Amino acid sequence: MNWLSDEAIARLRSAGAEPDLAGTRYRLIERIASGGMGSVYLAEDAMLGRRVAIKILDVPDSSGDLAARLQREAHILASLEHPGIVPVHDAGTLADGRVFYAMKFVEGERLDRFSERASTLPGCLRIFQRICDTVAFAHTRGVLHRDLKPENIMTGPFGEVLVMDWGVAKILRADRISMPNEAIPDQPRETPRGLAAVSMRTPLKTAHGAVLGTPGYMAPEQARGDVEHLDERADIYSLGAMLQFLIAANARGTQTTPRAVSAIARKAMDADPAARYASAAELGQDIARYLDGLPVLAYPENALQKIARWAARYRLAIVLVLTYLVVRALLIFWFRR
Amino acid sequence: MNKITYGLILGGILGIFDGLTSWFTPAVRPQLMGIVLGSTFKGLLAGVLIGIFARKVHSLGLGVLFGLAVGLLFAFFIAYMQRNYYVQIMVPGGLVGLIVGYATQKYGDSSTASPSRT
Repeated sequence: MNWLSDEAIARLRSAGAEPDLAGTRYRLIERIASGGMGSVYLAEDAMLGRRVAIKILDVPDSSGDLAARLQREAHILASLEHPGIVPVHDAGTLADGRVFYAMKFVEGERLDRFSERASTLPGCLRIFQRICDTVAFAHTRGVLHRDLKPENIMTGPFGEVLVMDWGVAKILRADRISMPNEAIPDQPRETPRGLAAVSMRTPLKTAHGAVLGTPGYMAPEQARGDVEHLDERADIYSLGAMLQFLIAANARGTQTTPRAVSAIARKAMDADPAARYASAAELGQDIARYLDGLPVLAYPENALQKIARWAARYRLAIVLVLTYLVVRALLIFWFRR
Repeated sequence: MNKITYGLILGGILGIFDGLTSWFTPAVRPQLMGIVLGSTFKGLLAGVLIGIFARKVHSLGLGVLFGLAVGLLFAFFIAYMQRNYYVQIMVPGGLVGLIVGYATQKYGDSSTASPSRT
């Protein structure tokens, strides 16, 4: 008898776990990533001849909770049409009962990996500003992301910045988003208080005490499982934590962090939600003010700091005027001799 | 503030200042008022031209070069009319044009600007 090698068994297991896309217009290429609910695969759309990413549940969901959550994620993504949010192309159910949705395949790298490479702080802040714009847009549509972190941000080679993984998003105001009725959260089901992370059995509507998100990026109220009182400011805290991450990544490259930027991160991450920025747009605007050399809301300056910032902003203009004055003075004294 | 207004104001202010510095040249002190008026007019005209250029061409390098050229040209006309003081008039005049060229490209509001040609 011939025994199969471990490698052969692993290959067979992998092939067995691969979804069967027969009957769809897609041809599987490879698995790209795995998450709490399912996996994302690279596939080719045979009809349009383009590559797409397909998110598919890992197992046929007998209870329907996971399937409903994936469908809900697809509906949320489809409703949020914005350059910073990956567009959904298609959704459906595979022959084996697994629910899937197809979206644009984003070529690029995650923000955490992007920030490891040499990148200047202003460059990272410009990316961060675009993340704030995207999150602000979702908030105006009544959607809370609840899991903002560098791993969920994709940066493309042509300047694309996309906020990914809306799997644990919360709909704050259903009237602002067009969703079919079956995709709107149903009645809450009890979840043990303090349940950590996104589990495979997370109910559609998150019950009080359930903790969704990533430690280190979750707002204190989110970490407490205070689901009913979560609002946009929980995402603002996560954005602040992400900004803190970018600051730390830049500090590793021996760049000193401007106090104004640190103050912006601190304000966004204040333990008291009322002390944070009122909106993601306001946070983005404070970053824009810093990049434009203007004073930021989070950091009151003294007179010296104001002068230093003003001088830095108009550095070249000041040099030109001083040059003019020096040349003028030299000419006067030269011809008076 | 749009680029033309910005150029006009900056050119005017620098023109006045440029004219006033002739006070340090005793030989021309009696004509100070005329020099200041002429220098201001020159600054205003140069500022408008540089502002128009900045509105049409969005390039810091070209803006600075154009400002320098306009400043030198106007200063040359004035020095030529006096047949004297070429260096004293043209060097600061060129610098004023250069500063206005830089400032209109860098700080003027381009919201009403036409598409970039550079």
